[in-house]
Amino acid sequence: MSTSTGAAWVSGPTRRFALLRHLRRINWGRLAVMGVPTLWLAVFFFIPFLVVFKISLSETAIAVPPYAPIFEWDLDQTLVAIRVNFGNYLYLLEDAFYLDAYLSSVKIAALSTLITLVIGFPMAYLIAKSRGSRRTLLLSLVILPFWTSFLLRVYAWMGILQKHGVVNDLLLALGLIDQPLILLQTDFAVYVGIVYTYLPFMVLPLYTALEKLDGTLLEAAADLGARPTQSFLLVTLPLALPGVVAGCVLVFIPAVGEFVIPALLGGSDTLMIGRVLWDEFFLNRDWPMASAVAIVMLVVLVLPIMLIRHSSEKRADQRAGHQHSDEVA
Amino acid sequence: MQRSSRFLTLTAGLGFLFLYAPILSLIIYSFNQSKLVTVWGGWSLQWYGELLHNDQIIDAALVSLKIAFISATLAVILGTLAGFVLTRMGRFRFKMILSGWTTAPLVMPEVITGLSLLLLFVALEGAFGWPAGRGTGTVIIAHTTFCLAYVAVIVQSRLVSLDETLEEAAMDLGAKPSSLFFLVTLPLIAPAIVSGWLLSFTLSLDDLVIASFVSGPGNSTLPMVIFSKVRLGVSPEVNALATLMILTVAIGVVIAVWQMRRQERVNRVV
Repeated sequence: MSTSTGAAWVSGPTRRFALLRHLRRINWGRLAVMGVPTLWLAVFFFIPFLVVFKISLSETAIAVPPYAPIFEWDLDQTLVAIRVNFGNYLYLLEDAFYLDAYLSSVKIAALSTLITLVIGFPMAYLIAKSRGSRRTLLLSLVILPFWTSFLLRVYAWMGILQKHGVVNDLLLALGLIDQPLILLQTDFAVYVGIVYTYLPFMVLPLYTALEKLDGTLLEAAADLGARPTQSFLLVTLPLALPGVVAGCVLVFIPAVGEFVIPALLGGSDTLMIGRVLWDEFFLNRDWPMASAVAIVMLVVLVLPIMLIRHSSEKRADQRAGHQHSDEVA
Repeated sequence: MQRSSRFLTLTAGLGFLFLYAPILSLIIYSFNQSKLVTVWGGWSLQWYGELLHNDQIIDAALVSLKIAFISATLAVILGTLAGFVLTRMGRFRFKMILSGWTTAPLVMPEVITGLSLLLLFVALEGAFGWPAGRGTGTVIIAHTTFCLAYVAVIVQSRLVSLDETLEEAAMDLGAKPSSLFFLVTLPLIAPAIVSGWLLSFTLSLDDLVIASFVSGPGNSTLPMVIFSKVRLGVSPEVNALATLMILTVAIGVVIAVWQMRRQERVNRVV
């Protein structure tokens, strides 16, 4: 048997052995590369949800931490009792306050999403239509707010909407109103805050969809006698639909659970579930109740989250298919 | 046709105005001399001066910068790995799960992420005695986790748009997986990694909700201090602080865009 492993022509078994060793070495690295991020996300993203679910089933207690254990062990480490408490969930159903909070959050988020779409669409369309450095400039103008503090941008609206703020001063100076309007600490301010904050999240996916729009299709529609409104409704909008869905989901989901915006801009009667969760946790110190609120919120949001996963996968598949067809060509 | 294009420019223009008017008003009012935030009392830098002498804000800013620096760095390492695994390692058993775990944090409401991480830390402390109490360490872990997702998405989209032939050529020439990654792939995705780091840094610096849940007493981050100051009303010092932060970001972004375009031009020539 040849022992010269470096030789170009090694006999079959040795070569296979070298290959096997090589493969094994790759697999270790591969495993580590795959394992490290997976493990991190498992521990710090996935398992926490299980913990939240577990604690949502326990009872509030005056203790540190403030909940009663579900599993009770005696001194010999044998399980003596399991106390599962569905009371928190029952309470969520019974007390109209929570149901109202969920409904009001979904309503506020849905309506804001719609307004964001109406404001964002022309912006995305204009960017997609422009060329060269103008496009780069407009696109950077949309992206730039991503990089500035979200908290401070919400805060900026406090200065604008308050009693003697910019809006009221302007309206008074124009003589449109006699005395300042109450704008801050209203639902109106919350809508403004959400639309303002999440506008870039709407514009970017819309732009991505509109950018791919084939101009010749619109020309064809015009040649066939379609009026601008018709070709917009029948050609542009259907083709932009993936972008519309992605943008709406990206705005809707975080808006439902929003805390900062209703806390700074909303009134005491602005009911949003993110704020309810915050108060349960920080004011009432009712951790099990806060957990139950979070679990139900997750259930409400599962559908839109699945939607975005689905559309992003489809896009990835399309891209892969596209590359493949390029290769074939 | 002409009329519809003018309509488009007008509506889109109003959209951009809506996006920037609040930021502009914030900047202008930060130079207002009057203590009554809304009454204009002439131009002045006095709030910037007071800001420099506010120890609470300075300390919180230092805590936040430290957390943001460490979290962004960890997030870039883990996020690049995740993005690489999802695009370059073919199909494997946990791929669907991993891809779900890297996209879900992007849209997860912050109150849920914050609460769930806090409960995890408390449970871990009860079971293993780690982490002992909460403070900057737990905030760093929390920020790394959600920033990781952003980095993964950025790196992933860069890798997908990247021409794979360079990597294939390196493989054909006998590069080991590790040298393939460090000598070929990494330089190619460097711009994505840089923007991932910067985005993570800003996201960490900005986070209020998650930090409020997982940080301990005496470890207030800058957004926590700002929030407690503005909760009851507008504060001229915060206006000054906001202006400084926004201008820093704006200058940074302009430099970054300029650098990137120059780099691209160089690449195109080469």
